Amino acid sequence: MWDYSEKVKEHYTNPKNVGSIKNATAIGEAGSLSCGDALKLYLKIDKNGIITDAKFQTFGCGSAVASSSILTEMIIGKHVEEAKKITNQDIADMLGGLPPAKMHCSVMGKEALEDALKGYFKEEKPKKENKIICNCFGISKNEIIEAIKKGAKTLEEIQEATYAGGACGGCKNNIKKILEEEGVIETSNLTPVQFALKVNNVLEKLIATELAKDSGGVELVDVKGKEVYVKLIGACKSCCNSTATLKNFVEAQLKEHVDKDIVVIEVQQ
Amino acid sequence: MKEIYLDNNATTKVDEKVLEAMLPFFKENYGNPSSMYSLAQAPHKAIEDARKVIADFVGAKSSKEIYFTSCASESANMAIKGLLEENKNKKHLITTKVEHPCVLNLHKELEKKGYKVTYIDVDSNGDLDINSLKNAIKEDTLLVSVMTANNETGVIYPVENIAKMVKEINPQTKFFTDAVQAAGKIKIDVSKAPIDFLIISGHKFHAPKGIGALYVKSGTIISPLIIGGHQERGKRAGTENVPYIVGMAKAAQIAEENLKLEETKVKYLRDKLEQGILKNVFNAKLNSTSANRVVNTTNIGFQYVEGELILLHLSDLGIFASSGSACTSGSLDASHVLKAMGVPFTSLHGSIRFSLSKYNTEEEIDYVIEKMPEVIEKLTRISPFQDEIEKLRASHKA
Repeated sequence: MWDYSEKVKEHYTNPKNVGSIKNATAIGEAGSLSCGDALKLYLKIDKNGIITDAKFQTFGCGSAVASSSILTEMIIGKHVEEAKKITNQDIADMLGGLPPAKMHCSVMGKEALEDALKGYFKEEKPKKENKIICNCFGISKNEIIEAIKKGAKTLEEIQEATYAGGACGGCKNNIKKILEEEGVIETSNLTPVQFALKVNNVLEKLIATELAKDSGGVELVDVKGKEVYVKLIGACKSCCNSTATLKNFVEAQLKEHVDKDIVVIEVQQ
Repeated sequence: MKEIYLDNNATTKVDEKVLEAMLPFFKENYGNPSSMYSLAQAPHKAIEDARKVIADFVGAKSSKEIYFTSCASESANMAIKGLLEENKNKKHLITTKVEHPCVLNLHKELEKKGYKVTYIDVDSNGDLDINSLKNAIKEDTLLVSVMTANNETGVIYPVENIAKMVKEINPQTKFFTDAVQAAGKIKIDVSKAPIDFLIISGHKFHAPKGIGALYVKSGTIISPLIIGGHQERGKRAGTENVPYIVGMAKAAQIAEENLKLEETKVKYLRDKLEQGILKNVFNAKLNSTSANRVVNTTNIGFQYVEGELILLHLSDLGIFASSGSACTSGSLDASHVLKAMGVPFTSLHGSIRFSLSKYNTEEEIDYVIEKMPEVIEKLTRISPFQDEIEKLRASHKA
């Protein structure tokens, strides 16, 4: 059972301003049926920019309905410029707080409001750099990258950190692409061929170029499971520090960029 | 306020007679069953008597095949991990997409450790694709795990036939069944088929939470999960939870006697509730129409309305049920069972499970049938999908 505040209970039991507005000045939408949350917000805005009426229709849980309901109360009577400043935290605060796992409901309210006002101000869509990846929970690409920077390495860990991909799952492939772009795709999901290709890529592009600075080099011989067989060439071959090069540099780089369980084994001529 | 409890697949109320049977083992018979003095005799005997009762309850030949645990999740982990530990050369496992998390998530974890797992599909009724299960069995297959009855839909799987089929294809492959939702609702009998492991949980049949059992067919070797003392013949260390073991045995006895009552009274009430809701609520849709379901369970999707919201409004009326909706579970993910069945998004997030028990009355069921249309009417008015809702309403009238 969620720990809902009295205010949340009051608003999902008897939500205010339910319905639609005929000839609404602006309409905003957020979420979708497949996500399990969808909100439609109708605004009537007078010529002075004052929101004179607001109504909503929500498909969603208790806190989604409560967030929508209180949002309409918050914006009626406000100037659009002021309404624009409302954050999802403001919505949650007005409800006396929301359980952490339910904060996305307030985000949905904020998004529907943004969407409606965007139509009103005839603004452009958000910039591509920070596009929304998970429509269900309104999670942007930047938020996912932020989670990766904080240590999330798999789809599941991204989901735990941001909820992205947790509802309809439609964005899971896009999240995987971001993981790949950021270079942390989970290797256990790679086929043996993909794994070997990735090892080779890192060897050629990262490791070999570094070793070349000391007139050395490395060649991939074979990959068996997590064991990577390599041949040291050039100056590395005869270098007395070759074992150190292998473990401290080649293996360390492969562990960091491909898989932490990789073991590098040197193949002699 | 009313208290109409329709979530008996989640947990049940402890039977008064069960509580009574347990009390002496908190009070006078508190001795450690492993001790040598006379005070230990009554608890020791009580455990062994209980073991016999549970053995009979599941159809085991010998009470030596029964191990007491703290819950079904522990039983599942003990059986599966214990078997794997003893058979490290085999790496293939088969289970279904609709297992309880205690089996499903365990398999997902094992995949990370290098095991290959085949997950068997179900159809839109929740029935299992037996053919693909058959084709999945290989030389390397160590274990097949199929639940006896599903917790969300109540669908019963033909585990006796599946066990026989598995052994015909590969006699070395072991068969595990989670009978948690079947115990006390239908007769379970391991003697009828080559079942190697079976698990039950006391609190699903009116014993308290915190007690479970594992049946291991004699001759099947497993490594212990909990290492320590010699209890449970060295397979599960830790001082035995005597009062709870006694309680589960008492509950099993009562459940066995009441099986007829389940088939008649509980089934009558479940059917009445199911038909009443489908008739009176325009957007209600049965998620599994399989005839082969445990008699206490029904899972109904209310299209274009979200499940948690329904539960919260039902709760205000003193009606307690549960939902496969994303929002009710901590994971925010919709039910894996309903997803595997391909339940459409229109009702996936608005699916409610009602699970009855012997304690429900006809008056309660009538009240739910009366209130359900009011609740759904109120909630559909909030929904943004008014056009779709109007279409459903029109087709329900027609």
